[in-house]
Amino acid sequence: MDLALLLIQTLNAVQYGLLLFLVASGLTLIFGVMGVINLAHGSFYMMGAYLAFSLAAFTGNLLLTIVIGVVLSAVLGALLEWALFSHLYRRNHLQQVLLTYGLILIFEELRSVLVGNEVYSVKVPAWLDFSVPLGSVMTYPAYRLFMSGVCLLVALGLYLLIQRTLVGARIRAGASNRDMVQILGINIDWLYRLVFSLGVALAAFAGMINAPASTVSPGMGTQVLIVSFVVVIVGGIGSVWGALLASLLVAFADTFGKVFVPDYAGIAIYVVMAAILLWRPEGLFKT
Amino acid sequence: MSSLVTSPSRAALVAVFLGALAAFPLLDQEFYTELVTRVMILSIFAISLDLLVGYTGLVSFGHAAWFGMGGYVFALLGTKYQVTTSLWLTLPAAMLVTAVASFLVGLFVLRTRGMFFIMVTLAFAQIFYFFFHDIKALGGGSDGLNLRGKPDTAIGGWVPFELTEPNTLYYFVLVLMAALLLFMALLLRSPLGRALQGIRENEHRMEAIGFPVFRYKLAAFTIAGAFAGLAGYLFAVLNSSVNPEMLSWHQSADVLLMLILGGMGQLWGGLIGAFTFVLLQELLASSVKLWHLWLGIAIVLIVLFLPGGMFSLLERLKRLRQRRAA
Repeated sequence: MDLALLLIQTLNAVQYGLLLFLVASGLTLIFGVMGVINLAHGSFYMMGAYLAFSLAAFTGNLLLTIVIGVVLSAVLGALLEWALFSHLYRRNHLQQVLLTYGLILIFEELRSVLVGNEVYSVKVPAWLDFSVPLGSVMTYPAYRLFMSGVCLLVALGLYLLIQRTLVGARIRAGASNRDMVQILGINIDWLYRLVFSLGVALAAFAGMINAPASTVSPGMGTQVLIVSFVVVIVGGIGSVWGALLASLLVAFADTFGKVFVPDYAGIAIYVVMAAILLWRPEGLFKT
Repeated sequence: MSSLVTSPSRAALVAVFLGALAAFPLLDQEFYTELVTRVMILSIFAISLDLLVGYTGLVSFGHAAWFGMGGYVFALLGTKYQVTTSLWLTLPAAMLVTAVASFLVGLFVLRTRGMFFIMVTLAFAQIFYFFFHDIKALGGGSDGLNLRGKPDTAIGGWVPFELTEPNTLYYFVLVLMAALLLFMALLLRSPLGRALQGIRENEHRMEAIGFPVFRYKLAAFTIAGAFAGLAGYLFAVLNSSVNPEMLSWHQSADVLLMLILGGMGQLWGGLIGAFTFVLLQELLASSVKLWHLWLGIAIVLIVLFLPGGMFSLLERLKRLRQRRAA
């Protein structure tokens, strides 16, 4: 494999990894802070993509679409937390699995009624619709570079939020000892609502920003959900940094798996997962 | 809870129910005979999962892997590589393969607990899903494989029964399901069964009093895998085909749904759940628009308001009646 191709695949892997991180970080926070296993998390990614598709027709501007979409999904997240998820915190995991599985069915059916089952594409904004030359013959779409940059910025923002702010400190505290946070008099209900809505917004954002780079299709939510599960398993439940490292690891395994062993590419990430589990049964970063 | 019948009235109910099942094919309704056969196969599947979820407290979200694998063992032996179609070889082979596979996977996944276990079992099931889905030369890709015929039942030259006959297949499945129920009832009273229920109640305490908890869990995981393989084998025989969707995570979720509908940790739970699930599906899916939407809403409502399954509804009604009477 020559150098330019290697570079392209590396860029693809980084971009996929960062995107995956946006979905998985919300998932792992919801796991870690609230102790809820949320199967519907992939649906939020799917919703983001469909929002990008539907809103693009009205706004005609990707940035505006994303801003509106993030606000809408954050509100949806808060509503869902209030109406459904807040009842799940003291329930067992099986009930959480079932309820969120029910939500997937609802969301998918609503999606099929409202938008249909076709595969759609979203236009890349005109100012990013060009390719960057790599080496002498290869080129790389500018939008994908832009995407990686934006995802990196969001990841950085998440880092600052969690490590440098009071809210972040409380989220970290919640992830390591929920009861203690409550005993210390912190309003845990609002903290939960915030974390959940943040997670939904991140997943929807990932769906929106990825829509122009790939397609918007019915099965996308499930697919990203299961890969995000692998990320959380590898990274360790509740660990955002574990999720970052694991996202990149999974993305590289997937991308280069497709290059080197195309027949078995679907299995590549699970092999990585099994190896990590053997070595550290609770993931790379146990919280 | 662990015995098949707990009271004389329950015994009468069970006798009527099994009698009705045994007499059902006499109605000569081929479509419904096949439907009930399918329900009974799914019951075997659900009961095998109950050993993990209901009795050992291990919420496996990848149980469909063994179900599908059992079916594929028959498809590969009987149709793809044409090794043998003998029932007496392929059925034990399906159970053996799934037992070995679930044993090996158990070595990995049982090192984890709770939420982690749910996700890890799902992820491992995906490996097998992609294994049969991606490797076209083996599993025929997403279309799966069409089987050449039903298993051959001849022993030497003697043919005790013919599975090509729908009614015979029905009774064959019924006998296996009844045998599994009996096996479960006995298992749950055995030291192994008691230990598993102890693990469900308090794993650390069991560990502290000297039970090798990991080995017990591994035993449960292996047994459950083998019976799920049996169910998958029968399912493949009934449909005369296999496809990767048998291993999909929707299948794993559906069987969990059956359990929660019927009530976990109750011997008849899997059976009741499978019946309810399939009947709902058959009755509503064809007639009701947006069936998935309503199913989803029903699941959400059941989890929120009826977490103990249909059984708990009966219990609640009973309690209500007793309170009125008092």
